[in-house]
Amino acid sequence: MLEAREITVRYGRQAALDRLSFTLEPGRTTGLGGPSGCGKSTLARVLSLMLRPASGTVTVDGRTVRGWRQRAPRELRTRVALVYQQPRLAVDPRLTLAEIIAEPSAAAGRADPDRAAALAAETGLTRDLLTRRPHEVSDGQLQRACVARALSLEPRYLICDEMTTMLDASTQAHLVAVVEAYRERSGAGVLAVSHDDVLLSRWAHRTVRFDRP
Amino acid sequence: MTEPITAGSAVHPARAEPPAAQTRRLRAEGLTVSFRLPDATVRAVSGADFEVRPGRCLALVGESGCGKSVLAHALLGLLPGNAEVSGRVLLEQDGQELELVGAPQAVLARRVRGRSIGLIPQSPATHLTPVRTARAQLEEALRELGAARPRERADELAERHGLHPADLDRYPHELSGGMAQRVANAMALAGDPWLLLADEPTSGLDRPLVDRAMAALRELCDEGRAVLLITHDLRAAERVADDVAVMYAGRLVEAGPAGKVLHRPRHPYAAGLAAARPDRAFVPIPGMPPELTRLPDGCAFAPRCSAAGAACAVPPPTTGGVACHHPLPEQDARGGGGSPDRDPLESRRA
Ligand SMILES: Nc1ncnc2c1ncn2[C@@H]1O[C@H](COP(=O)(O)OP(=O)(O)OP(=O)(O)O)[C@@H](O)[C@H]1O
Ligand code: SF4
Ligand SMILES: [Mg+2]
Repeated sequence: MLEAREITVRYGRQAALDRLSFTLEPGRTTGLGGPSGCGKSTLARVLSLMLRPASGTVTVDGRTVRGWRQRAPRELRTRVALVYQQPRLAVDPRLTLAEIIAEPSAAAGRADPDRAAALAAETGLTRDLLTRRPHEVSDGQLQRACVARALSLEPRYLICDEMTTMLDASTQAHLVAVVEAYRERSGAGVLAVSHDDVLLSRWAHRTVRFDRP
Repeated sequence: MTEPITAGSAVHPARAEPPAAQTRRLRAEGLTVSFRLPDATVRAVSGADFEVRPGRCLALVGESGCGKSVLAHALLGLLPGNAEVSGRVLLEQDGQELELVGAPQAVLARRVRGRSIGLIPQSPATHLTPVRTARAQLEEALRELGAARPRERADELAERHGLHPADLDRYPHELSGGMAQRVANAMALAGDPWLLLADEPTSGLDRPLVDRAMAALRELCDEGRAVLLITHDLRAAERVADDVAVMYAGRLVEAGPAGKVLHRPRHPYAAGLAAARPDRAFVPIPGMPPELTRLPDGCAFAPRCSAAGAACAVPPPTTGGVACHHPLPEQDARGGGGSPDRDPLESRRA
């Protein structure tokens, strides 16, 4: 289980999340819907250990998180992967797509070129794209690389925050199928955050809706 | 011979164009863009023919990486140094014709960008300079456009685009995705251009905000502006577009009235795209996207097309707005779904 208990996050004086509790189960896809600005992305960042809440606790498979971002212990950090809405803000512009996909495994000392190549193919990246840098590919092509990167360390939990908003209908269906195939073979828990209720109804086992705080 | 795919040129009988707008038009003929890389050439746009005119919205849809953003940037001379552009893009306005392909940067900056053609770029947050507030950037754009009182004008624009003037004092990282989008919209319209290129202007917005943004685009058209809308949101396209052009591997493969192309597509790729929508079959088109560095001589969709045959090894001609050797028949062509068209095909053909 990936669990958030009584989480509060404030931006300035405004509370984005107010003593919110949420559980992500392994093996299932949970949808998270609600209007713009309701705190969905904030929760996604807390659950992926990217944002330290003002109060409350997060536990990953029973272990309480005490450090956030780079200070989270590696084995907790690599248990949760985040794919986020804007791929251009999520990658190092100096790296090639192949390097972006391989980056987490290399950093963990588990470089595995075959797996990186297989993930690239699975997400629909053709060979010609892998030697290019982010400014030489389209936004959607870069997002495919971000999905491949997120799966590279076989996370136990995958947080997809508006993963498909910059993708055409066919690529959206394709990447959702890639994530679902991964979930089925690994037993990972998936959180699908989206504004699109129709998409969540096709993708998630159950959907939680937030309202504006 | 092959007739060009001409999108956006059908005359709309019901909506009269304002008189001043009649002389305005943007026409692309054989627009082609390639990028030179050390070991390959990327053919991002191949021979695109289309036309945009005041009062109309043309939506451009297609697989990620098929060349939509490159096409929009090519119109404004905003491509990197390794890009080669050929073909023609004629901007007709005020009784003059300006060729945009190869036009000097000074001419584009002085006469075209922001003044005649505004661009709302894809992923707007990444186009704002991180170290300066939204206000500083908007005011600078206004000064370049010769605005007399940039500060007041910026506040005015902010309010018109659903932002509080105080929001402009934030740095880009302090803006939510939706706010960054609204700043980009305000910037694109600051110089009152008659043609707006909107590249994915709604990604990151929820349904009510998408609906509002689409209504605003429609209003711009109805005021006599022209809109080229690039979008993955086919439901949004359905609401606002008069015409739709479908792009695959750098080519326009089908174009025509929105209701027809979105609901009764005839090109196999267009049909596959329509069926992949989450409110329809939600199945991806099988196979891998094309490699634009190694496009085949014939139809680029052939490796993924269930209708492909021997004829497909040569480039398909374009007939009736569809570039395919074996298009789906007109009467039972489907992309699934059957919601009523915004505007019946017959009235447009008048
Ligand atoms: N600077 C560049 N050098 C080489 N290739 C490039 C460059 N910029 C873009 N490309 C390639 O050109 C093609 C078209 O890219 P473009 O950004 O127009 O796609 P798009 O249709 O807008 O996709 P998306 O829907 O993902 O935004 C892509 O295959 C991309 O990899
Ligand atoms: S030309 Fe041939 S391969 Fe291409 S879309 Fe038409 S039928 Fe399919
Ligand atoms: Mg694009």
